[in-house]
Amino acid sequence: MTQTFSSTGRDTFVGSARSRVDGPAKVTGLAKYAGEFAAPDLLHGYVVSSGIAKGRIRTIDTGKAEAVPGVVKVLTHENRTRTAWLDYNYQDQVAPPGSPFRALYDDKIHYSGQPIALVLAEDFETARHAAALVAVDYEVEEPLTDLEAANAFAYEPPMRRNGIKPPPKPWGDADAAFDASAIQLKQEYRLATEHHNPMEPHASTVIFEGDGKYTVYDKVQGVSNSHAYLAKVFGIAKDDLRVLNPYLGGGFGSGLRPQYQLFLAMLAARDLERSVRVVLTRDQMWSITYRPEALQTISLGAERDGTLLALRHDAVGATSTFEDYQEVVVNWSGVMYRCDNVLLTYKIAKLDTYTPGDMRAPGAVTGVFAIETAMDELAYASGLDPIQLRLKNFTEADATAENKPFGSKALKSCFSEGAARFGWDRRNPEPRSMREGRELVGWGMASGVWESMMMQTSARAILTPDGKLEVGNSTGDIGTGTYTILTQIAADTLGLTMEDVTTKLGDTALPEAPVAGGSWTAASSGTAVMKACRDVGEQVFKLARQMEDSPLANVDFERVAFADGCIAVAGDPARSVALVDVLRASGVDKVEATANAAPDKDFNAKYEAYTHSAIFVEVKVDEELGQVRVTRVVSAIAAGKVLNPKTARSQILGGVVMGIGSALEEESMMDDRIGRFMNHNLGEYHVPVNADIHDIDVIFVDEEDKANPLGVKGLGEIGIVGTAAAVANAVFHATGKRIRNLPITVDKILG
Amino acid sequence: MNRFDYVRADTVAEAVQAFAAAPGARFIAGGTNLIDLMKYDVERPGRLVDITRLPLGEIVEHDGGLRLGALATNATVAYDARVRARYPLLSNAILAGASAQLRNAASTGGNLLQRTRCYYFYDTSTPCNKRQPGSGCQAIGGVTRIHAIFGTSPSCIATHPSDMCVALAALEAVVQVSGPDGDRAIPFSEFHRLPGDAPEQDTTLKPGEIVVAVDLPERDFGQHVTYLKLRDRLSYAFALVSVAAALELDGDTVRTARLALGGVAHKPWRNREAEALLQDKPATRESFQAAADLIVAEAQPQAGNAFKVELARRAIVRGLEQAAAGTPQSITDKRIQ
Repeated sequence: MTQTFSSTGRDTFVGSARSRVDGPAKVTGLAKYAGEFAAPDLLHGYVVSSGIAKGRIRTIDTGKAEAVPGVVKVLTHENRTRTAWLDYNYQDQVAPPGSPFRALYDDKIHYSGQPIALVLAEDFETARHAAALVAVDYEVEEPLTDLEAANAFAYEPPMRRNGIKPPPKPWGDADAAFDASAIQLKQEYRLATEHHNPMEPHASTVIFEGDGKYTVYDKVQGVSNSHAYLAKVFGIAKDDLRVLNPYLGGGFGSGLRPQYQLFLAMLAARDLERSVRVVLTRDQMWSITYRPEALQTISLGAERDGTLLALRHDAVGATSTFEDYQEVVVNWSGVMYRCDNVLLTYKIAKLDTYTPGDMRAPGAVTGVFAIETAMDELAYASGLDPIQLRLKNFTEADATAENKPFGSKALKSCFSEGAARFGWDRRNPEPRSMREGRELVGWGMASGVWESMMMQTSARAILTPDGKLEVGNSTGDIGTGTYTILTQIAADTLGLTMEDVTTKLGDTALPEAPVAGGSWTAASSGTAVMKACRDVGEQVFKLARQMEDSPLANVDFERVAFADGCIAVAGDPARSVALVDVLRASGVDKVEATANAAPDKDFNAKYEAYTHSAIFVEVKVDEELGQVRVTRVVSAIAAGKVLNPKTARSQILGGVVMGIGSALEEESMMDDRIGRFMNHNLGEYHVPVNADIHDIDVIFVDEEDKANPLGVKGLGEIGIVGTAAAVANAVFHATGKRIRNLPITVDKILG
Repeated sequence: MNRFDYVRADTVAEAVQAFAAAPGARFIAGGTNLIDLMKYDVERPGRLVDITRLPLGEIVEHDGGLRLGALATNATVAYDARVRARYPLLSNAILAGASAQLRNAASTGGNLLQRTRCYYFYDTSTPCNKRQPGSGCQAIGGVTRIHAIFGTSPSCIATHPSDMCVALAALEAVVQVSGPDGDRAIPFSEFHRLPGDAPEQDTTLKPGEIVVAVDLPERDFGQHVTYLKLRDRLSYAFALVSVAAALELDGDTVRTARLALGGVAHKPWRNREAEALLQDKPATRESFQAAADLIVAEAQPQAGNAFKVELARRAIVRGLEQAAAGTPQSITDKRIQ
């Protein structure tokens, strides 16, 4: 077993279901979001967006807007103040290679919805009204936004994106093996463009503190990224900038990079020496990042018994004209299955859109949909049960990484426990064989995978004489439960109650931590907080030993345990001293420690770390009317230790719901003639509503992992991966219709 | 959103007067659509005449049927015991639309007057004949999943988005209006219009006229009704195709059939020929199929909504089956029977 946090050998809080510590603040409105902070001199900025996708601004007339009483200024490319010159300065921590977009930079239009002016007024309504009066004359060029058309110009990204593994070198000879295979399957798969659309729109409030100093509230998944970006772009000393974002109304990856409203708010604040807030409207949420569409082809060659002989997965993803966005789309196929002849390729193609970005399980949602649908097709072609097929081609090592074994892979437990919970053994594999009333019933399954990562992270812990502990760092809680799990970890590590612990996040005044993404926050921040707390514990212990008549005299640190607010000799609770008494007796005003956590190099040299899942889905299909309902989902997850079953379950539920959305509903519809997404509101861009969602059963299988001291692998993303494939596979089982082009809407069922 | 003048009226006459006094005025009741349109800069009223204080919120017995005050909220109408008992078609259609919050705010008159949800109408960066007459229709040849398949014109392919109106069309409600030239009654089928070459006009209301009530005729169809709505998700989505079906049966023989379709045209779509075709025919799938075939024969879809033709055909058949069987589509159980 992994070690407990508590030195007593038994954790009180970690591992048990706990409600969110930030819940009361959120439901009572006390939690303030980036667009809710104010200052007496606050100006409201409203963005004017480009109505064309490509071309240039011939003229922009702001006269009428500026004449509106209450309007202070209209910023455009013509009157903006200077910012940094070189691209390097605009490249944030997670930027792909290229020239990052600069708002109001010049007269060129790169994509529809591009910000072309910022109207600044004393109140929001005035700014919005004046924004409608800005008159723009464009020189229009024909945009290219159709990925199929752009495919002709697809290329392998010449410079790889930091942190994104390119496809591995091929092994064997996939094409020759395919040609020689008894079973040959080759199909194309497609996933629509999706926009993140967190409930909270992107917003930034820059408070001008005078004297060249600013306090910035930015909707971002890690304030350190915005902090460094602003410092470089605006040439402001980091010490003169403090960036905060205590709460996030959802991110899903849209807040990994600083978005343009931050740049605009800072540009205006610096120019006018006033505080400025810029909030994007819902339709402007289609003018920032998105999950790119991808064209994929999978070729599977297999023996009659389903043994994989050849696997080829080719993908072309969309990017912008100015950056080479990359994600891991095809590698998963090589990670998931054992096969001697594998070829994985990944290209990108430039479109006249904004740069796509990471969206919950970026790349994996796309690639795993394709491979897991293809595997279902192979199951039918070989006559094997889909689970049996996956077991037949099961791998214990990562062929894309020199065959290093997985640190842990309890996927077989996911299969067996998930199948048992779902009742998979009662499935008649024959398509169209199950029916209930008018509806066809389909049972499908798929497997999911996501990399388990850890990042260099620091954290601080401060214990005060009132017995209260504060822990924290600059990462964000994007709604995942980070506040809660860090509070649990700190409380158990030092033997306090959760009420004694306050966790602070999202503030560059706190020790530096990376953006919250990649499902790495629990492992990274959790480890750093644990280490900081242990350090505090050791310091308090030393102080306790120095106390007069100390009950801990001559006791080693290894022999004491922290529990109930005391340090006690293990096995001898009578020899104990309260932490508050130690601090008071010592006369210190606090005990403080900062600790760092980093990936375990030794472990990473020997093992590869992934989370795994098996998803089972029941759909009911009214075939005549093309109606698909997902009536039941079992998602069995292998992700190491679960710190908080309640928040963990919520992560998986959210992932599954988003996966259902991806499978059946989500689609940003582009009018390629004008290069514009047209359904840019939540009425017409469909995400699932309650009525679409029925039973979702989450199972966490036992899995022990040693990639980090906590034994956790991260849960933010694995819930969505593979879910769409399981839905599509269930639709096939119900109807006999294989739909390889998401979302599976009415027309595709009818077609 | 532009700056506007705001006036509150206490009587219908005052409202009509306040409206006439300011060019570009708009009446505002629930505001669930108008405010959105103002925020999008699609509607730029010079004056809002607040009619929420007018005494038009009642639902009363009238001429053997019911008179729905124009300010009765969608929720009030949908949950009214008399409406539920006698006009379940209307109740179900209302509850199939929008969300609980919107239905609590939206009024009967406002529901009739809500505007299309055509993407291009809402997006001021694209031309739209409905928004700006003569500017062109960008929707034609564009993203047309939600657009009309019946009664379109080269000027406009937008649909009327209401669910409630589809039921009102099938029930042959009558719209009572008041205006500068006095009061008049407009049969429901004549209230909304097809786009033709004037898509900016959604209805046949004359300038300055205000809807004061909607009358439901005495003739109800008991339980032989259904409102079947097919959409891209099971709540809070406009209809791709919806069917309001009402039948009077004599044993297994259809005596009267009423059929209105939503999501497919600039107004609730009725085809009297198809309704007549069903008269005195057995209430069978074959009869329903024949009526459906007749209706969809007229369809002129776009590339992006061709599927709606077949979907409409099937939905008509299913809707008529439900109505004949007296098993209206449940609004809570999303399974379609």
